Amino acid sequence: MLAGFFLKLKDAKLPVSIKEYLTLIEGMSKHVISPSIDEFYYLSRMTLVKDESNFDKFDRAFGEYFKGVESLAGMEADIPLEWLLKQAELNLSDEEKAKIEALGGWEKLMELLKKRLEEQKERHQGGSKWIGTAGTSPFGAYGYNPEGIRIGQEGSRNRSAVKVWDKREYQNLDDSVELGTRNIKVALRRLRKFAREGAPEELDLDTTIDKTARNAGWLDLHMRPERHNTVKVLLFLDIGGSMDDHIKLCRELFSATKTEFKHMEYFYFHNCLYDFVWKDNRRRHAERTRTWDILHKYGHDYKLIFVGDATMSPYEILQPGGSIEYSNDEAGSVWIKRMLDVYHKAVWLNPEPEEIWPYRQSIGILRELMAGRMYPTTIEGLERAMRYLSQGNK
Amino acid sequence: MRFNGSDTYVATEDLKLAVNAAITLERPLLIKGEPGTGKTKLAQEVAGALRLPLLEWHIKSTTKAQQGLYEYDAVSRLRDSQLGDARVQDIANYIVRGMLWQALTSDKPVVLLIDEVDKADIEFPNDLLRELDRMEFYVYETRELIRARHRPIVFITSNNEKELPDAFLRRCFFHYIRFPDKETMERIVEVHYPGIKKSLLREAMEVFFEMREVPGLKKKPSTSELLDWLKLLLAEDIPLEALRSKDRRTIIPPLHGALLKNEQDVHLFERLVFMSRHAR
Repeated sequence: MLAGFFLKLKDAKLPVSIKEYLTLIEGMSKHVISPSIDEFYYLSRMTLVKDESNFDKFDRAFGEYFKGVESLAGMEADIPLEWLLKQAELNLSDEEKAKIEALGGWEKLMELLKKRLEEQKERHQGGSKWIGTAGTSPFGAYGYNPEGIRIGQEGSRNRSAVKVWDKREYQNLDDSVELGTRNIKVALRRLRKFAREGAPEELDLDTTIDKTARNAGWLDLHMRPERHNTVKVLLFLDIGGSMDDHIKLCRELFSATKTEFKHMEYFYFHNCLYDFVWKDNRRRHAERTRTWDILHKYGHDYKLIFVGDATMSPYEILQPGGSIEYSNDEAGSVWIKRMLDVYHKAVWLNPEPEEIWPYRQSIGILRELMAGRMYPTTIEGLERAMRYLSQGNK
Repeated sequence: MRFNGSDTYVATEDLKLAVNAAITLERPLLIKGEPGTGKTKLAQEVAGALRLPLLEWHIKSTTKAQQGLYEYDAVSRLRDSQLGDARVQDIANYIVRGMLWQALTSDKPVVLLIDEVDKADIEFPNDLLRELDRMEFYVYETRELIRARHRPIVFITSNNEKELPDAFLRRCFFHYIRFPDKETMERIVEVHYPGIKKSLLREAMEVFFEMREVPGLKKKPSTSELLDWLKLLLAEDIPLEALRSKDRRTIIPPLHGALLKNEQDVHLFERLVFMSRHAR
């Protein structure tokens, strides 16, 4: 039974190893836990999962695998109808209630819901607890809750049967979901690079010993500079227009980068990079920085990060005069190429989901310009981007 | 040996299980969690509850794995040799024992805390793999093998500043201390300030949890900050009315400096309060 569980975790793309599996078995055989499923959940989680961002994946896999086991133990998941009613009534406005009335009344809807619930239970594992997340179900359509009605067991009669993994408390730590500042910082830390620079103020013991020995035993002290994070970053943020949807995410990304890097310069642009960028969006027409100046001012050891949805008309990238802000003499693509010539380590972070990229021409063009180094702004995408930026520094 | 929480520390069920499994199976326990949720405190409490000595090894960005084992004080030996000290003949006189050595050779089992392991260099955990796994290491200078007489109970805390290597993680148990819910928080406060007025506690907790909900805070107030704040409230004898108001969003709680430690956060908070006051 445990081997199946282990493989299930592997299938769920959790980085579990044989060694950890053996540890789990050792724990079981030494009776670290009493034979309860809750304690087994905790023990298996602590032995097999070593990163809280994987907790949610684990919870889901655990829930799926042990679904049958629970019902054997007599903890079946029937949902009290009254509870559903109560829950829904609390959340519905009068207007919504009227709509429901039009659909044949509350009773009928609940009837349907119950039926749907049973169907789901039989059809596929694990899916019975979340109803109406998709747009096809009438229960999600009215939107009393963006996730649909969530029917967990928390509110049911049997309090002791509350299952921790069903709560999915670690959902926001999963790395395929959108970012929070904390998550971003963790991903950005990959880019940290320490090097010794500046005034020598630390005793270099090894060199001292070595030099002293060579000096026939007379003390010859050697100092060296302390280690600091020396990564330098140029950040270009697309602002306005279609980026409005992503403003929160950009702000988070920005605040995380700002605290993370000592040498960080940021500039704003609109849609595509042209002759000018600016530092303060409110004064974008008054205080501009020439892109040429940036190219001259910041050395080629800076790493370049663009953040933008790259969603625009292709003319804005490829044609002179294509900018929607002013008449530009040179096309955006020329500027991007110029940047890439100076800064070899460059990535483009795109807040639009990766799935829709192929359907937008401008994204395709920019992606090609960036030699494919466009990444989505999920934790996983950010990590890929940072990994690229940090490897093989010349 | 079993750890069941203590008078001064509220441990949740899963945490107790994690600690006890780590003790029984003799694996290091890696602990992560928001700052101020009692990661470091845990080791101290376990040592206290099991009546074992506690060795604390605090890691800094410059700490090397070798320093936990031993250090060869070559500079003093060099100096002594130039002064003609007789001790210079025995190299063992210049071996300074590190925390891990002390933990391994102690007469009875000890609790070893490796605090903030993520502060150190990225290679640091890798350099300790064998030592933590086999609980032994070799001293090259004196050619002796140091082996554990009793395996110490090892706690390692991390603040997630760096990723830890997989090989290291495989050897550890892992526990993530979640931010306590209201119920647990009440128990924690009860442990620290027994007999605190129920009404004061309730009001204070509501202010506290609401403040944690404020979007955009750089550093959310944590358990230790709540405890400090309560201490101040008690010391200053703040009347209950100061915490209570019809619309809690329109009043800045007294002594909020204990909860918000970041200037920007305080500004943000004050601005939000100001705005909601004017919105009415």
